[in-house]
Amino acid sequence: MLTKLYDWVDERLDITPLWRDIADHEVPEHVNPAHHFSAFVYCFGGLTFFITVIQILSGMFLTMYYVPDIKNAWESVYYLQNEVAFGQIVRGMHHWGASLVIVMMFLHTLRVFFQGAYKKPRELNWMVGVLIFFIMLALGLTGYLLPWDMKALFATKVTLTIVESVPLMGPALKTLIAGDPTIVGAQTLTRFFAIHVFFLPAALFALMAAHFLMIRKQGISGPL
Amino acid sequence: MSKHNVSRRQFLNYTLTGVGGFMAAGMLMPMVRFAIDPVLSADKGGDYIATKQKVSELTAEPTRVDFSFKQVDGWYESEETNTAWVYKMDDGKIIALSPICKHLGCTVAWNTDKANPNQFFCPCHYGRYTKDGVNVKGTPPISPLDVYETKEKDGILYLGRLKPHGEA
Repeated sequence: MLTKLYDWVDERLDITPLWRDIADHEVPEHVNPAHHFSAFVYCFGGLTFFITVIQILSGMFLTMYYVPDIKNAWESVYYLQNEVAFGQIVRGMHHWGASLVIVMMFLHTLRVFFQGAYKKPRELNWMVGVLIFFIMLALGLTGYLLPWDMKALFATKVTLTIVESVPLMGPALKTLIAGDPTIVGAQTLTRFFAIHVFFLPAALFALMAAHFLMIRKQGISGPL
Repeated sequence: MSKHNVSRRQFLNYTLTGVGGFMAAGMLMPMVRFAIDPVLSADKGGDYIATKQKVSELTAEPTRVDFSFKQVDGWYESEETNTAWVYKMDDGKIIALSPICKHLGCTVAWNTDKANPNQFFCPCHYGRYTKDGVNVKGTPPISPLDVYETKEKDGILYLGRLKPHGEA
């Protein structure tokens, strides 16, 4: 059935080369854990991507209940976690995934660093990777405020104080991020929410696309 | 041994699709169940709400009865006020009609249209209903007004769930 459906579409649109180009390529022996078990270190990039997908999906579902408003944020998080079926699991996926994605990304970075895989001709991909790292950290930082509990509030106050200590432009930068020169409140929460769910993911998608295009173009780095 | 041989490629295809499908399902099942929870949660409603209306004071003329109740909407709790048009029939039966027009949901009122006295009138598109809540043919509404379940306790009127006309 599926094969017939595929053939029907393929006959008209010739879609095979499209996915072949993306999915059908040889995995060199030195990155295949079936040949050398130590090659599992090559999995961390893929695992980072896998967890990123989980973060995107669970985040999308969480916004069905979450409200970025100082009166309702905590209440809505409490409600979705304790009253909605599987709420604890879906929020748990997003909560633990947020930490895990940083861990995986760090391991991926270590592998690339210690294998010297960032060297010519792959310097650009390293740079894009570093940018992705910063985006991920920013995602973690902005997401931390959203449950609007005491930990979130005071962690964000610390963040804003750090931002404020930037020479010359510190106070302006702080106001830009917090939405108010002195208050950490309603405007801070909506800003962090917008940054967390729209701006940073958009940047992340663009950078990941560049990251993957480059690895396909250049191929994986050779054996040590 | 069966003659049907599974090639190495086929075997790997099956196992990988199976394991991958299992993992994807494990990931998606909680999220989908989470999303469709409102559809599956049981309907809790049905409690009778006390109004401030004394049953003995009801007449054959429809009276506007406002009643308040606590509404729980997810994480948001509020005090809501609904309205019913209530009157007593000759045999003592109490009728409590919903003021929500069955055309597009505006609010109807009793006897507000000078040209058609003693009817419920909706100002949005001139929908009309007779006193028993039945829609007047030739006006926009296509069905009669909904009816509240009613109950009398200690001389006070209690209103229950809204039912379609003829079922309360």
